[in-house]
Amino acid sequence: MSHKILLTSKEVNIMLHRLACQLIENHNDFSNSVLIGIQPRGTFLAKRIKHILENEYQINNIQLGFLDITFFRDDFRRNTNPLEANKTQIDFLVENKKVVFIDDVLFTGRSINAALTAVQSFGRPSEVELLVLIDRRFSRHLPIQPDYRGRQVDAIQDEKVKVCWSEKDGEDSVYLI
Amino acid sequence: MSELSVNHLLGIKYLKKQDIDLIFETADHFKEVINRPIKKVPSLRDITIANIFFENSTRTKLSFELAQKRLSADVISFSAAQSSVKKGETLIDTVNNILSMKVDMVVMRHANPGAAYFLSKNVNASIVNAGDGAHEHPTQALLDSFSIREKLGEVAGKKVVIVGDILHSRVALSNIYALQMQGAEVKVCGPKTLIPKYIESLGVTVEPNLRKALEWCDVANMLRVQNERMDVNYFPSTREYAQQYGVDKALLNSLNKEIVIMHPGPINRGVEITSDVADSQQSVILDQVENGVAIRMAVIYLLASKIKQ
Repeated sequence: MSHKILLTSKEVNIMLHRLACQLIENHNDFSNSVLIGIQPRGTFLAKRIKHILENEYQINNIQLGFLDITFFRDDFRRNTNPLEANKTQIDFLVENKKVVFIDDVLFTGRSINAALTAVQSFGRPSEVELLVLIDRRFSRHLPIQPDYRGRQVDAIQDEKVKVCWSEKDGEDSVYLI
Repeated sequence: MSELSVNHLLGIKYLKKQDIDLIFETADHFKEVINRPIKKVPSLRDITIANIFFENSTRTKLSFELAQKRLSADVISFSAAQSSVKKGETLIDTVNNILSMKVDMVVMRHANPGAAYFLSKNVNASIVNAGDGAHEHPTQALLDSFSIREKLGEVAGKKVVIVGDILHSRVALSNIYALQMQGAEVKVCGPKTLIPKYIESLGVTVEPNLRKALEWCDVANMLRVQNERMDVNYFPSTREYAQQYGVDKALLNSLNKEIVIMHPGPINRGVEITSDVADSQQSVILDQVENGVAIRMAVIYLLASKIKQ
């Protein structure tokens, strides 16, 4: 199987800083905003963004949660592989907050659709935005678009975009497989 | 593994250790769900479940119904007292009639041991045993072990004594299977008349003395005396039973360690345990009830994921 590198560690790093700055433009000190990483792989990106906001832009008290969408997915019993749940960890209410969903890859939009339902268990957000590192723009099944994107990628259905994180995979990089 | 090895939950006996681990991991997630401001997930929106209770039940029936509703399943419930069973309909006919209304799963409680097994062989639906006579009550045993795991960290290596009416108890048998499968050590304690003759063939030991049993254990699971299943007198009087096999605060305080007290309910206050024990810090009785919903959600979710579209 061929691996084509889409983003190197340096490029990922530049992109993370750009995304963090774009968030600051819209959310100022984050006093009325919360970040929610979508389980499982969106959590790495969410933690990185939070780390940059805190350490390089001195924005403290950012609320970060992780949302698992397994029980809200629309392919229960339609998938050949059983669905595996992850931990949801949201220790705050999202009532009247600006919520930023964070995920590594936006593909069909079905995960985000499920996340939009799932987050309602924690209140009614005043608005919801979406931040992704990779936007596979021609693969959407639903009318869902990101508000912040690292890179748009045109890939055919059979190809897979893999985002690697140094804390999990040993390096920051994005591959087309 | 992220799939159960079985298509029905008929008893703990038919499960593997990995099945129990998977049910617990899934229940952990559902426990978080049922503590959210909005406690519902849409997973089972295209699944219909029938709860068929041929025996009385309060908490098991409520717990199953709540679990099913939290998962967004469509639920129909019926009790034998109000049904055509009274008119002489057979079990298979009753259930097949319900299934022709396109029901995917049946949760059943029945007075006859093996009723759930029998049903699983004869009807085309996923079956969950909610208690079959004095045989098994698998979801109760799962929630008991889950509560021990929650309170003490793990089940393996723990010493558990099951006290009381072992003879008529489906909770006891399922608990013995579940606890042993997870590596716990099990003793039973009760009047000799209420201990089955061949219980030791299951690998448990019998301790007739309650104080010794409590001093040995980490967890005491106090069972209810099932008067409704007793055809003859198994002990002289309730008062004598309470004196010999009832746990009160004085007895609990006189032990040299703090043990966990469990009870599957309903409690006969003042018989198996006194009120101050039932309501004490050492009691996890209400945690058991809360965990019951999470465990039943996990069982139903995992079984439903195996139902073909």
